[in-house]
Amino acid sequence: MNFPSDLKYAKTHEWARTSSNEVTCGITEYAQKELSDVVYVELPKIGAGVKQGVPCCIVESVKAAFDIYAPVSGTITAVNSSLEAEPAKVNRDPYGEGWFFKIKPSSSDEFNRLMSAQEYEHVLSESAH
Amino acid sequence: MIERREFLMTHTVSLIFEKSKEGKQGWSLPCNHFSDVEIHSLVEANLLRRVHPQLPSVSEPEIVRHYVTLSQKNFSVDTHFYPLGSCTMKYNPKLNEDAARLEGFAKIHPYQPEDTVQGMLHLLYDLEQSLREITGMDRFTLQPAAGAHGELCGMMLVKAYHDGRGDKARTEVIVPDSSHGTNPASAALFGFTVLTVKSDARGRVDLSELKKLAGPKTACLMLTNPNTFGLFEDEIREIQKCIHEAGGLLYYDGANMNALLGLARPGDMGFDIVHLNLHKTFSTPHGGGGPGAGPVGVKKKLIPYLPIPLVEQKNGTYFLNYDVPETIGRLRSFYGNVGMHVRAYTFIRRLGREGLAQASRDAILNANYIKKKIEKEFAVPHPEFCMHEFVAQAVHQNNLGVHATDIAKRLLDFGYHAPTIYFPLIVPEAMMIEPTESESKETLDSFIDVMNQIAREAVHFPDRLKQAPATLEISRPDDVAAARKPVLTYKDYLGAAHLHSEKPEPGTPCPC
Amino acid sequence: MNYLPLTETDRQAMLCDIGVQCFEDLVRVIPSALRVKDLNLPGGTSELELARELAELSAQNQPPSRCLSFLGGGYYDHFIPSVIHHILSRSEFYTAYTPYQAEASQGTLQTVFEYQSMIAELTGMDVSNASNYDGASAAAEAVLLALRHTGRKKILCAQTLHPEYRQTIQTYCSGSHFKVVEIPYDSRGGLDKARLSAEIDSDTAGFIAGTPNFFGLAEDFSGIAQQLREAGALFILSVNPLSLGILKSPGEWGADIAVGEGQPLGIPMSYGGPGLGFFAVKRDLIRKIPGRLVGMTQDRNGKRCFALTLQAREQHIRREKAGSNICTNHALLALAASVYLSVMGREGLKKTAEYNVKSAVYLREHIRQIPGFEIVFGGTIFNEFVIRSTQKSSAEILKNLQNKNILGGLELARFYPELANCILVCATETKTKAELDRLVEALRSNQ
Repeated sequence: MNFPSDLKYAKTHEWARTSSNEVTCGITEYAQKELSDVVYVELPKIGAGVKQGVPCCIVESVKAAFDIYAPVSGTITAVNSSLEAEPAKVNRDPYGEGWFFKIKPSSSDEFNRLMSAQEYEHVLSESAH
Repeated sequence: MIERREFLMTHTVSLIFEKSKEGKQGWSLPCNHFSDVEIHSLVEANLLRRVHPQLPSVSEPEIVRHYVTLSQKNFSVDTHFYPLGSCTMKYNPKLNEDAARLEGFAKIHPYQPEDTVQGMLHLLYDLEQSLREITGMDRFTLQPAAGAHGELCGMMLVKAYHDGRGDKARTEVIVPDSSHGTNPASAALFGFTVLTVKSDARGRVDLSELKKLAGPKTACLMLTNPNTFGLFEDEIREIQKCIHEAGGLLYYDGANMNALLGLARPGDMGFDIVHLNLHKTFSTPHGGGGPGAGPVGVKKKLIPYLPIPLVEQKNGTYFLNYDVPETIGRLRSFYGNVGMHVRAYTFIRRLGREGLAQASRDAILNANYIKKKIEKEFAVPHPEFCMHEFVAQAVHQNNLGVHATDIAKRLLDFGYHAPTIYFPLIVPEAMMIEPTESESKETLDSFIDVMNQIAREAVHFPDRLKQAPATLEISRPDDVAAARKPVLTYKDYLGAAHLHSEKPEPGTPCPC
Repeated sequence: MNYLPLTETDRQAMLCDIGVQCFEDLVRVIPSALRVKDLNLPGGTSELELARELAELSAQNQPPSRCLSFLGGGYYDHFIPSVIHHILSRSEFYTAYTPYQAEASQGTLQTVFEYQSMIAELTGMDVSNASNYDGASAAAEAVLLALRHTGRKKILCAQTLHPEYRQTIQTYCSGSHFKVVEIPYDSRGGLDKARLSAEIDSDTAGFIAGTPNFFGLAEDFSGIAQQLREAGALFILSVNPLSLGILKSPGEWGADIAVGEGQPLGIPMSYGGPGLGFFAVKRDLIRKIPGRLVGMTQDRNGKRCFALTLQAREQHIRREKAGSNICTNHALLALAASVYLSVMGREGLKKTAEYNVKSAVYLREHIRQIPGFEIVFGGTIFNEFVIRSTQKSSAEILKNLQNKNILGGLELARFYPELANCILVCATETKTKAELDRLVEALRSNQ
């Protein structure tokens, strides 16, 4: 499975990418495979405050619904509203077109403490046993 | 080798809208005595409808054929064995139907003066007495329209009770991880925080875990007994003690009451609130998803909070009592799904004391018999005797790439409704089987043969399972497309390009 | 017992195969202290005897065939085409369960899809669910939806909404810190729009009203939808579905949610239940709608078919995070409503609705002329209206009518103490002109 090395990861299977003081978030390839076909993403509202590790959005497959946890604390600055019409993007391109939302982080510490791709893969292999 | 049965289920039926044609009509109304009056002179112009509803124009014979043909596309208790776990798909006696349709029950208005509905009130009163005796509770409301509605009523009673004692700190409701989804949903809907208690290796509430969760914030524990594994919670007295000592209440989800008629009573186990599903245990039909009825019984200390009105009796005269000062209010209009109450009353009177007890005994016997006869082929998480239902697992089959859903679909090919699958959620590849007391040994034996044959097919011809059902009109609807691009009305359909690749077949060929 | 197929021989053979001596061996897990010796219930009754007894109980009640009834107030005596009973009696419909296995339930699924389509048409909304329990609980669920959707705490509720619906809303809202504010009626018996405007604020989740209202009046909601939209609140209308044959639909009024009691659509009164709660919304609320939904899709061979859809909203998947706990619908009664609407079509529905208006207005205008009675509220009515007895108490009037085998209507003081001696009188298409005249004569001779 593909876990790009330029991203950071949370153990709840979200990825985060930082650029110009904004953190873009989505779910990992592992998560999209576990979910199977994503049919709906309930996105947060722009301007909403989010806290690291607290659910801020829901993703649905036909038979399941999962909470998505904010990887860092801050304020939602943008959401990928194209997912409403085309939720399949999450399965097709989880690190690109399938992004969920952007956060203006309240500090940079939380982002830095997220896992690297290598650490995340390690966590996955641990939980497989 | 068992032969596949072929069914008269091979024609798609066009939508009633597609049968519509200008000039046809299904209605007949008397000549209006006031036809000389212009409606515009009676209704203000601004209140008149301008966009008219696009309803079908169809003649009566076409309507009858449409719906009767559709009816034949269903599996049902009257046509198929329906071992749907947790749903208690028992036989729906025909006398029940006749009783509910008696003019004096079916056609009376809810606001009629009480002296014109004495027979109705008498029946409701007697039904309550029977439910009290069967469950060991002190009083019942018949108002809730379904099991989940009963649960909501129960949560309201829990809150009213604690509030009534001035104890506002009880905000938590505990549910087992094996509980029905409605339990946590009902508690959360009414503002409680839901805590989940784990099941132990024996499939019961983990008592030591429960002790950690119970405390001054505990409003109640919701429990099904037997639980959704079909196992009796044999530590119920310890559970009861734990919750009551913490100051909480004990709620009984009566979905599985069909195991206990004349055997044991939730009231005696220490439950404070009980809901019953009349459409499960008391044989009222499921109607393709409803109406049901979910009466709620309580112990004495909770009577003051019951919804209004209550049916009471004084000197042989029955009446509706609205004078319940601390009532939670009401959960719906009027008194409940009375048509279902008439059916349940009829069932209880027909069977009587011994008949009800024998029904539960046969339900338990049937479940254990199937379990014993299929457990070589299918894993069972709990090897002990079960109550009226049990959970099997398609885990051996899983290694062959076959899932519970494939087995369920294959059963349809043999003319059996599928068991409840993937529930309880905590059991992988679960298949929950509940035969009820209504099935003969011959039916059970055929079902067992088919289950075991399917297990062999999973080894030798797994594709048969993955392609199933092969004998029905349709096979494996595309759920993903249905959810991504919801088409929920005829109008949606007309605008849904992705569904028009195949033109609907015109009309319905007569199956004869 | 003729409902139980196992013979004593079967039972013995099965116990033997299971490997136990007797039934008791299967249930030893139940602590003996909890075992019931014998239920204190009567023994079984034969079908013949019980049928006789039930007929006697039924005969102690007075259905419309035995008394002339002008009762309305949320449940109505309407014409039910014979076809409905026959289709509902198909046991392939009534003994089936929720259509989880789509391949084995295409009949139920297609009828629900057609029901959703018809309700959407009738209410002028985009989407209908597969039905709720009844009008009152549907109204309460609509209120919860508005509270959840807006994240606000206050609901405005017209005082002319059915009193039992208001009580249900209050009860549903009592768990959390939601506030239900009632908007009074004005001197014409309609919504006090000035009071409504004054109450709309930034914490208002929505406004719910009924039309025709509890006094039988068709309300004019011009401008309300816009006012609510500007405040970010939802507009919920509870409507009599039969009135929609002629009266403006919730969609036309700009409502976000339409609910109501479907009993007038071919469902017998059955002493108040089971009825049918219908629930329809604008498209943007589709994911928030409670209860089951049936969608059209294709099977693996590309064949058109139906299945339950958007299930991930529901309690069996989301558990405590579900928006509603409802897991049933009133499918069989939704079927009754579908058959009714198929039979009636647009024309039949319109004619029936007009019949109601004309009968009720005829009756109202004749009662208006009787000394000792007045019409309390003017305006457009559908099939009921309020009269006041100015000389005798309403209780006495109704008692005298009952002595003549007439149920004259519903005393309003029971719900509106300020409306002493007022009676809600209802006339539907089931009443002949002679029957309407009979009530008029009886009231005249009452004075």
